[in-house]
Amino acid sequence: MYDVAIVGAGIIGASIFRELTKYNVKVIVLDKENDAAMGTTRANSAIVHAGYDPKEGTLMAKYNVWGSELFEELCRDLSVPYKRNGSLVLGFDDEDMERLKKLYENGQKNKVRGLRLLNREEVLMKEPNLSQAVKGALYAPTGAIVGPFELTIALIENGVTNGGEFKTSAEVIGIEKEGVVFCLKLKEGEPIKSRYVVNAAGLHADKVHNMICKESFKILPRKGEYYVMDKSQGGIIQHTLFQCPNKMGKGVLITPTVHGNLLVGPSSEDLEEKKNVGVTSKGLGLIQETAKKTLEHINYRENIRNFSGLRAISDRDDFIIEETAVKGFIDAAGMKSPGLSAAPAIAIDVVAILQQIGLLAEPKKDFQPKRHQIRFAELSPQEKQELIKKDPRYGRIICRCEQVTEGEIVESIQRPAGATTVDGVKRRCRPGMGRCQGGFCGPRVQEILARELKKPMEAVILDREGSYILTGKTK
Amino acid sequence: MHYDLVVIGGGPAGLAAAYEAYENGISKVLIIEREKELGGILNQCIHNGFGLHTFKEELTGPEYAERCIDKVMYSTIEVKTDTMVLNIEEKYIHAVNGVDGYMVIKASAIILAMGCRERTRGAIHIPGYRPSGIFTAGAAQRYINMEGYMVGREVVILGSGDIGLIMARRMALEGAKVKAVIELMPYSNGLSRNIVQCLEDYDIPLYLSHTVTDVVGSGRLEKVVVQAVDENRKPILGTEKVFVCDTLLLSVGLIPENELSKNAGLRLDPRTNGLIVDETMQTSEEGIFACGNVLHVHDLVDFVTEEAQNAGRNAALYLNGTSAKAKTVQVLNGNGITYTVPQLINLSKDIKIKLFMRVSRPYYNQEIVVKCKEQVIASFKKKVLLPAEMQNIVLETKQLREIDGNILIALEEAE
Repeated sequence: MYDVAIVGAGIIGASIFRELTKYNVKVIVLDKENDAAMGTTRANSAIVHAGYDPKEGTLMAKYNVWGSELFEELCRDLSVPYKRNGSLVLGFDDEDMERLKKLYENGQKNKVRGLRLLNREEVLMKEPNLSQAVKGALYAPTGAIVGPFELTIALIENGVTNGGEFKTSAEVIGIEKEGVVFCLKLKEGEPIKSRYVVNAAGLHADKVHNMICKESFKILPRKGEYYVMDKSQGGIIQHTLFQCPNKMGKGVLITPTVHGNLLVGPSSEDLEEKKNVGVTSKGLGLIQETAKKTLEHINYRENIRNFSGLRAISDRDDFIIEETAVKGFIDAAGMKSPGLSAAPAIAIDVVAILQQIGLLAEPKKDFQPKRHQIRFAELSPQEKQELIKKDPRYGRIICRCEQVTEGEIVESIQRPAGATTVDGVKRRCRPGMGRCQGGFCGPRVQEILARELKKPMEAVILDREGSYILTGKTK
Repeated sequence: MHYDLVVIGGGPAGLAAAYEAYENGISKVLIIEREKELGGILNQCIHNGFGLHTFKEELTGPEYAERCIDKVMYSTIEVKTDTMVLNIEEKYIHAVNGVDGYMVIKASAIILAMGCRERTRGAIHIPGYRPSGIFTAGAAQRYINMEGYMVGREVVILGSGDIGLIMARRMALEGAKVKAVIELMPYSNGLSRNIVQCLEDYDIPLYLSHTVTDVVGSGRLEKVVVQAVDENRKPILGTEKVFVCDTLLLSVGLIPENELSKNAGLRLDPRTNGLIVDETMQTSEEGIFACGNVLHVHDLVDFVTEEAQNAGRNAALYLNGTSAKAKTVQVLNGNGITYTVPQLINLSKDIKIKLFMRVSRPYYNQEIVVKCKEQVIASFKKKVLLPAEMQNIVLETKQLREIDGNILIALEEAE
């Protein structure tokens, strides 16, 4: 019997999970996939928004501004890549400049720190490679970039270290309540019993909600497609560059990533189905066309990967964070942008709601807030030398593009909530993220997984269930 | 640690360059190789057809590699395998391995021979899902030939470069059904002998002027959509063909691997994505030479060996202090020529220079004409010129000594 069961191990579920492990409660987080961060969390713009955008008074405004303030310390504690690079919303005509002024005013109401309207010269001083057509910008120094799946995985791992439980391949197919106890039926295995349930099921939050509550919202998937460019392109800009939203749409953003790549996107397409995460030539063409306005020359030949993700847009036009009509069942749903930015603050408030409705939660005295992850490529020569002396596996570079060592890969597998798939390793310590996209290191990562998990090579898969790599031995 | 010469890369280029320098009197030579074994990509090329020029017999890739390795093993050349070079600053090489840890190695001369890597799905923007079952042809070759695992049962191959063709046959021999080889261009980018021996002999259809426009599958690849393309290489609506398959191999080009070179500040040629070198294979930095696929992608290893020997010999001359600098001419490209290597020719000595080049599309009955302004210096008749087959011509420095300006190499209709 658990005190709290969380459905969904994306950024929202993971943040709530780790927050709860600060207290003496028995908590479990369930995910239908074979790893954490497998939905919207793994395919988005990876941005911590400053908070000038959401309308004053909304939950989005509240949690965005609060959440973004929590990121720096959280990421430092959990050894997660984060950089406060500042963001610029660019205006290209008088209408845009009017809108920027409104955004600025909205940001002031939301209490975003340090906002400034810049004129053309000031913008070009900050970003000399920008299109010369730029007229001005809204500058938000608190805008930042982060590794969203690294953060989610780190939150889950730290939660497990602090006594929480994480269960993968655990799809909830039905929820019943007997007295004060919820019973979550799983597609496979024993049902999970818990006094409280937090629904953080992302795209499927409406489905999970409807398993026990009356329908009260719908989640509509909206697809966004992206380009990830080689690190050779990462340095052409420093800030996250948004286009001023206007009647032509929200525009696309261009941003450096925490690892030094360049991200261009997203497109925006409302879908019927929650499954389609394919990239289309139409969507990609649209991004190229729209991005030109910001930067005239982007070398798309340096593209190393395209991806697309589904945002979970609710029909309520705001986050849904509340206890439902069913006592003890809490929704944390409708997490469209700025969901990632808001997650750390939402986690704090969800725990507060749980306490208000009766969860007895005493702070844990021995809560361990920190985790440390070695990133070989970022160490100094002396640190590299010492590390290799201690463990020669840190001297064997497996991924040449990102300079990831065997030591880091083994660590990513052996850690709590460790990697079990090739892409699981990639999301934790980056082999295969580089320009060769795992062409050289893929087989070697697979070999290390097989060895560490004591599985045959053929049983090691790429990513989701069913994504087998090998079909058997050769003749 | 200090060496006269450090060679980065222990594939055919690095091995031949190191040995040639050793033969020319350089004794303190080190080869650094990132894999566990020397030989480079030859180790996974178990088919034959290697060595007809160099050894006058037909060898498999591993056999060719063995001959290069043996020479090095019976010399005083030192080798560090499983060792990765992190960066090069001036002539200091920063490298790591599990045994020596973090090393800073001083070299009086360096030869870069890092080879190339394959272009990936991202580089050519193939739309669709991201299931498993999509491999670069070289990665699949490694699984099959070195690790002993099969990567799929029903296969479509995009790109008719040599690795794609070789892998079509290899997969067929292992019992897979190879349903199609898809080529964007109206001609194949592989050697003619490979079209015959790898596709025609196995009844594998080749679709020219086609490309993959969608990839479907949630876990493993389930099918690909193929469309014909127009003369601008844009897909033509209504020509969609669906191939049910669990595997898509990509053989869509190779890129010289020059991240180390870029970080070291060496000059690159945007036409080859490789380093700019002169006839001695010296890069823009004195004492740093380069050879093999890090310069430009070769189709025959025999030419790599020849080029590497040239680099090794000249590194030795440099170390012995007998290399001389004189007037340098630049080699420019005109009609029909996509690149030439070397890009620069130094006229200090009377020597013959072999210039390698590729053409931009198939040409017939042409002359490769070498000119300075309007003056024709040399011309070479060619019946057939294919992009897949690297061309070479030989010039003598003598011929260039009297000219005033750079030389232009271009195709002209033969009379």
